[in-house]
Amino acid sequence: MKTILFIIQKEFKQIFRNKSMLPILFVMPFIQLIILPFAADYEIKNIRLTIVDMDQSVLSRQLNSHFQASPFFNVSYTLTPEEAEALIQHNDSDLYLEIPPRFEYRLLKEQRASLHLSIDAINGSKAGVSQAYVQSIVRDFNKEVIAEWVPQLQPRALAAIGQPVDITYQNWFNPDLDYNTFMVPGILVLLITMIAGFLSGMNIVKEKEIGTIEQINVTPIKKYQFVIGKLLPFWLLGLMELAIGMVLGKIIFDIPFVGSISLVFAFASVYLLLILGVGLLISTFSNTQQQSMFLTWFFMVIFILMSGLFTPIESMPHWAQVLTWFNPIAYFVDVIRLVMLKGSGWVDIKQTFFQILAFAIAVNGLAVWNYRKRS
Amino acid sequence: MNQAIWAESLTKKFGSFTAVDAISFEVGQGEIFGFLGANGAGKTTAMRMLSGLSFPTSGKARVAGFDVYKQPDQIKRHIGYMSQKFSLYEDLTVQENIRFFGGIYGLSLKEIRTKTAQLLEELDLEWIAKTQVRSLPLGWKQKLAFSVSQVHTPSIVFLDEPTGGVDPITRRQFWEMIYRAADRGVTVFVTTHYMDEAEYCDRISIMVDGQIAAMGTPEELKRDNNVPSINELFVQLARHTSSK
Amino acid sequence: MKTFWAFVKKETLHILRDPRTLVILLGMPIAQVVLFGFAITNELNDARIAIFDASGDPVTQEISDRLTSSGFFQLAIKLDQEDQLERAFQHDRVKLAVVFPPEFQERFFREDRPQIQLIADATDPNTATTLIAYASAIIRQYEQEKKGSAALPYSIQTEVRMRYNEELKSVYLFVPGVITIILMLVSAMMTSIALTREKELGTMEILLVSPLKPVVIVVGKVIPYIALGLANMAIILILATMVFHMPIRGSLFLLIAESLLFIMTSLALGIMISSRVQTQQVALMISLMVLMLPTILLSGFIFPIENMPWPLQAISHIVPARWFIVIVKGVMLKGAGLAVVWKETLILIVMTLVLIGASVRSFKLRLE
Repeated sequence: MKTILFIIQKEFKQIFRNKSMLPILFVMPFIQLIILPFAADYEIKNIRLTIVDMDQSVLSRQLNSHFQASPFFNVSYTLTPEEAEALIQHNDSDLYLEIPPRFEYRLLKEQRASLHLSIDAINGSKAGVSQAYVQSIVRDFNKEVIAEWVPQLQPRALAAIGQPVDITYQNWFNPDLDYNTFMVPGILVLLITMIAGFLSGMNIVKEKEIGTIEQINVTPIKKYQFVIGKLLPFWLLGLMELAIGMVLGKIIFDIPFVGSISLVFAFASVYLLLILGVGLLISTFSNTQQQSMFLTWFFMVIFILMSGLFTPIESMPHWAQVLTWFNPIAYFVDVIRLVMLKGSGWVDIKQTFFQILAFAIAVNGLAVWNYRKRS
Repeated sequence: MNQAIWAESLTKKFGSFTAVDAISFEVGQGEIFGFLGANGAGKTTAMRMLSGLSFPTSGKARVAGFDVYKQPDQIKRHIGYMSQKFSLYEDLTVQENIRFFGGIYGLSLKEIRTKTAQLLEELDLEWIAKTQVRSLPLGWKQKLAFSVSQVHTPSIVFLDEPTGGVDPITRRQFWEMIYRAADRGVTVFVTTHYMDEAEYCDRISIMVDGQIAAMGTPEELKRDNNVPSINELFVQLARHTSSK
Repeated sequence: MKTFWAFVKKETLHILRDPRTLVILLGMPIAQVVLFGFAITNELNDARIAIFDASGDPVTQEISDRLTSSGFFQLAIKLDQEDQLERAFQHDRVKLAVVFPPEFQERFFREDRPQIQLIADATDPNTATTLIAYASAIIRQYEQEKKGSAALPYSIQTEVRMRYNEELKSVYLFVPGVITIILMLVSAMMTSIALTREKELGTMEILLVSPLKPVVIVVGKVIPYIALGLANMAIILILATMVFHMPIRGSLFLLIAESLLFIMTSLALGIMISSRVQTQQVALMISLMVLMLPTILLSGFIFPIENMPWPLQAISHIVPARWFIVIVKGVMLKGAGLAVVWKETLILIVMTLVLIGASVRSFKLRLE
């Protein structure tokens, strides 16, 4: 035990003396928490809509004003479809709506008219949502036109646009639909994962690279003592980063905290063991810091992308969902959201907790076994 | 048994390459034993096996009375090791390095304190005890590394090319430190390729291609082979094998 | 010229002799394209829902079936009591709960407007909004079929054309981004590290005292990375067209030429970083912080630039990736020619020239 304390003491001294380490530890969390939620906002809003109004009638202007009033669209105008087309090609517009000539005349005299909507669908989900928004605005406009111009038709028409069922909806846990509420807890996970994963991995490889590990290996110190002594400082740092991050999240973004803080920390402490184990495992496979960095980066990118942080896991094909069973980040993202935002308790996350614990034991066991003092 | 090191047919193979080929030798307690050879002759590999860093492929060896296969932890408690690559922590101070290694050898805080004072005094480094090691000149670093390797008062120290790249005056001082250690009864096992240093040893062995080509006191070897210096003998042995 | 090629050969050998890094460099684009193409989609399928059905009559049953067979939803749990709702969200991780009131069928046919309550887990606002929209649409569709709807006079039809990506596949969005990130990684990050390594190991000094001009040395060092970048680009394009059947609508030649331009921009960035730092570790950190993060976050690759606060939007203008992504999307997916993307191209050219100018200057400074 005393031996471990000596290693921990040495690690802390080295961490705080390392000029490139300190900014990573203390500046990165701020940058990530402050920039990421602002940058990583893919709520679909500010859709750039171009309207080509070739009718220029009372009704077409009325339709225009509906779009302008919508919070989802930034509206601009061109005179011809060709110009609108060019805007799309330049990536200066997301979609354009063509109101054909004689729109008003047709609607009122011929009793039917059409609009043309062209959407840049490279971003498929954005295109789908934009289309839904446009159509619901058009539908509302349509009802209004009927009510105004053909009031005798109204009851029948409304019945046929027909809504015998009254659909109401509620948004639980985040009634204001605040995107930051969703992102910040996930970013906290990202933060402590990067700190623990990268730094612990590089740390042991560094001793290999500069040769000091030899000097350690000739001492009677036990493998587990060395490993614990190396990892414990990063475990503490990880928990500290989490605390800092939570305070920042509360102050800057006013993230709600419905569940128990101690439950989050309890889970985080087991989770960090797992991440440190992964870093350690990677370091046993690498000889240089560069290799360890690349390996960590490679896995980190895949783990992050498949963690459900940005895109829902249920939407993935089955094989990919199976892969996420082995993705520690996915578990913690799930748990932190459950506890922080929905107030889930111990019973709800118990199973995940023990899964992570089992993973942590397995990975650390493998890493210690693979870390050889003798060749 | 009062031999500090005893090896019989000690062998290490890396795949089909035999780095150390069945070497046998003994080193007595308090002896300065020089282990000579060209680069790649197998010196470092042999030393790594004896100090518990590497498993022998076959053969037997005991260090400080303990078996290299079964009691590596006992061996590690009784030996000091200094590698050819400087391997103290550059970003720790002189004092912190001594404290750290004392700590992981299981010394008590009180022992560490007395030991630190004693080593600093011996090295005459008290005035820079709180300086980070990275800013010391190489010679001082090597002397510090030698002292740190004995922080737990081992009975045997293994020195792997301790004087590589060091100026002649520092080398001289370094050897004085080795003599002082030997006077205290410490066995010194040192590899080198400076042949003049061989003359400082009680006994030497010369390794060529993984085998011990000659062994004895420097005087015996010069006399038996009829050469004026160990350097001459070494060149002869090396030439002999390479012409085979 | 001969010494120059010897030099290129040496650098190529460096890359080839570190198989672990090479595997990662070539494996990364494959892994990313496959992941983005198959696994990571922002389309919603199989969202877990809970149903609380207080009526349990044929109509509610049919609506439930419609929902669960749509592909958008899977039934995670059927509730017996309304007060189990909260637990369904907390424990069973459902994203949406559907609540039917009692006597639904009677009221439905009596035209008494029975109520269906949709409760979404709004911790993820996008998903919540989308799921509510999907569920509503399915229910409306059911109504229409039941009640029948004659073609209505005075109705406006909206004809929709989904351009460039009719099936709304998310791989279309991600491929240009992946190309950009990989090119940036290989060209900027790898060269900055490779050049710094020579410095750290002291071999740069040896090269600089050789009769080769510094410019030749640097060019020689970066040529293999250009090749590696192009190889990656080829891998991604082949995967995209073969596996995901993505089109290359514009000129392939233009696409490659633009990529070369972007590789040059990235190389210039890498060289500039390496001329200012001393150790690999610092080079790596700076590359991550000032190259990779902005490329991922501020390029419009995943996150729309329009949504960002203005300081970030302003910064995004100096991120080369932002312009390159527009070019790749334009040429590859929209069939744009140089006439369309000239502005972005010009911006990249200017950036490259400025960066090269700056790094040549710092190189000279160092030599004096």
